[in-house]
Amino acid sequence: MGTVVEFLKPHLLPLLWAVVIVAVLPLVAGYIVLLERKVMADIQARLGPMRVGPHGLLQPIADALKLLLKEDIIPANADKWIFWIAPLISVTAAMLALSAMPFGPVFQIADLNVGLLFIVAVSSLGIFGIVLGGWSSNSHYALLGALRSAAQVVSYEVAVGLALVSGLLLAGTLSMRKIVEAQAEQGIWFVFLAPVGFFIYLVAGIAELNRAPFDLPEAESELVAGYMTEYSGFRWALYFLGEYTAMLVVGGIGTTLFLGGWLRPFPNVAAFDFLDYLPAVFFLALTGYCFYRTPKQPVPIQKAVLGLFGLLCLSFAAVLGWAATLPAEAAARGGILGAFWFLAKVLLFLYSFMWFRFTFPRYRFDQLMRLGWHFLIPVSLVNVMGVGAALVLHRQAGWPLWQGLVLGTVATLAVAAWLVLVRSRRPVAAPPAGEEV
Amino acid sequence: MAETPTRHVHFPGMDTTVLGADEIIINMGPQHPSTHGVLRVKLHLDGEKVIGSECIIGYLHRGVEKIAEHRSYQQFAPYVDRMDYVAAVSNGLGYCEAVEKLLEVEVPPRAKVVRTILTELQRIASHLLWLGTHALDIGALTPIFYCFREREEILKIFEKYCGARLTTHAFRIGGLQYEVYDGFEEDVKRFLADFDRKIDEYEALLTTNRIWVERTKGIGVLSAQDAIALGVTGPVLRASGVKWDIRKAFPYAAYDRYDFEIPVGSHGDTYDRYLVRMEEMRQSRRICLQAIEDIPSGPILGKVGKVMKPAPGEVYHSIEAPKGELGYYIVSDGTTQPYRVRIRPPSFINLQAFDTMVRGHLVADVVAIIGTIDIVLGEVDR
Repeated sequence: MGTVVEFLKPHLLPLLWAVVIVAVLPLVAGYIVLLERKVMADIQARLGPMRVGPHGLLQPIADALKLLLKEDIIPANADKWIFWIAPLISVTAAMLALSAMPFGPVFQIADLNVGLLFIVAVSSLGIFGIVLGGWSSNSHYALLGALRSAAQVVSYEVAVGLALVSGLLLAGTLSMRKIVEAQAEQGIWFVFLAPVGFFIYLVAGIAELNRAPFDLPEAESELVAGYMTEYSGFRWALYFLGEYTAMLVVGGIGTTLFLGGWLRPFPNVAAFDFLDYLPAVFFLALTGYCFYRTPKQPVPIQKAVLGLFGLLCLSFAAVLGWAATLPAEAAARGGILGAFWFLAKVLLFLYSFMWFRFTFPRYRFDQLMRLGWHFLIPVSLVNVMGVGAALVLHRQAGWPLWQGLVLGTVATLAVAAWLVLVRSRRPVAAPPAGEEV
Repeated sequence: MAETPTRHVHFPGMDTTVLGADEIIINMGPQHPSTHGVLRVKLHLDGEKVIGSECIIGYLHRGVEKIAEHRSYQQFAPYVDRMDYVAAVSNGLGYCEAVEKLLEVEVPPRAKVVRTILTELQRIASHLLWLGTHALDIGALTPIFYCFREREEILKIFEKYCGARLTTHAFRIGGLQYEVYDGFEEDVKRFLADFDRKIDEYEALLTTNRIWVERTKGIGVLSAQDAIALGVTGPVLRASGVKWDIRKAFPYAAYDRYDFEIPVGSHGDTYDRYLVRMEEMRQSRRICLQAIEDIPSGPILGKVGKVMKPAPGEVYHSIEAPKGELGYYIVSDGTTQPYRVRIRPPSFINLQAFDTMVRGHLVADVVAIIGTIDIVLGEVDR
């Protein structure tokens, strides 16, 4: 017994984090859906969910309950086992990827030395869930959606990988924690050193997530709901959970590699130390707003819910404020504030995903493939070479790093412009004239 | 249940001997989300390429033309609203003017101007609905809400004028049923004042958007010859470069009094049709601005009896509805009920160009092409 405890001791904290992630993630995903609906409503000049709870705050819970209580339908011609297991693959892959994600200097389940590689590898397993789900449904629309999805994810994986390489060259390590620490040492986020890489990562990441404007696998105006067409109830919810977790993963990788992970803006400048109090002030403001709106709610239960939400925000503010007053070496300080900054940056990613979704029309499948293979992949290759050359010049010839990087970026942009111009100059193939029947 | 009999069609572009590949037949609709109602399209595919298509219509057939034979001239007027139900005012205008021509009734100028204003507002409303749904089909989720916001203003004006928003029955044979309400001019002016800016807003979202341009340029090309041969009218014809607008060719209502341009395209593709309709909204606004400044005073109803008994004879009258030429051919046998009413609906005839437009394109383009023709199934099936 004693040896088991001894063996488990170093693993207790990671186990705790794992339980926290698995327990909290569905709730977080639900609230991301609410956030998305609110952002959509804001962009589309309407209010969004307002009925269930104040400002729709309880909508995700109501939705989850509804999905749980729905009849579990498996189509008669479906391959039952695969149909049953496919959504699980999607969710598991996405959740597994979170295991190496550094939510802060403390809040990380495992710091693998090949962390980034592990995350990218595991999260791309999620595609099996989509392909198998579409195939086992035994429906034309679902199959078409699944095939499109597979082709798309495989193509854009290349661009994502190459974009990540440009950041990795600068960090010199695959460990997620060391990548952030490298940015702290160099005193600059890698987005400013490799902006092209960041941009390509953003675009290709959206494509890999199958989100608009690259949401062809589930293009509702063409394929009804793509691979999810035959799914309903809780299985459908699992796909949704997987999709939103994957969004968190893509946002998390981008944050870690390009936006400085858990570091606050200007981590090494003492003049910006007041930013450590910003999280607490933010939540205080949110608390104030909740309490301000509480008396205006129409029924007592709405008042109670909004009041409780205000108290929740107040407790967050208290914890964040307490952390900010701790000495700089305290683990709790770095962990709590770091988690705030990390999640804030991930939310920035999520917001941009939503913003693009509600602004852009959808690409056609062949155009999407052309964009991936003819534009993003060549440009990211040149970008990797540019960053690599800048590093070599810096280390071997003693050039200042920024000079090489500016040159590399300019060269990459030139290639990008050339590709765009050549592509737009190519005559659009005229469709064949209608033939007489 | 009788299955719709299908012709066996052989498409010459398809070589079925290679790889034993066979054409796939996909049934789009009548419940598909982007067929704009109960249109059923049978697509013959080679992979994802469309090699042929059949539109199967009739799911919304209500026998409107037959009903006309059992109603008096006045009684039939509300029925025409139910054809193109997103442009009811235009339908009503066409029918009323056709009967007026048959009865040889002179419509007072005040009624003519108010009719013109309401019809042009209806054109804007119809085009807004088209723009929103067309963009939605191509994946832009947001413009439809902006379009509905502006369309709502127009519908409110209709509601204040005649109590109905959609199937308005706004006009009467011989003129107007109602005098315009107090504040009508102000409402219309307020709407028109910043509508120009609103169109700029939609254009900012779409016109130069790379994805939008790639999805619409060169898609569903209809040459001017094909368009004329197929009898296509309205914005679809004008986008192919044919400058034909009944408002200019055979002016009706009060159109001869106002300045406006007829926008034409040059390529006849989906993008041109989009540009033409956007410009038409601006021109409609221009017409309304001119008309609202100067509504003549006077009676609103011409000399028509309670019982309408046109002399035996026939008449054809057509107007430029938002979707194209809307014609009414009415045969009178001298009784109070028409002997025959034949309606030339623009949607039905424009839909005949679908097969020509869609061949050689991909499945994803089919929804763009259905959207760009701008059909309303109530009018296609009648």
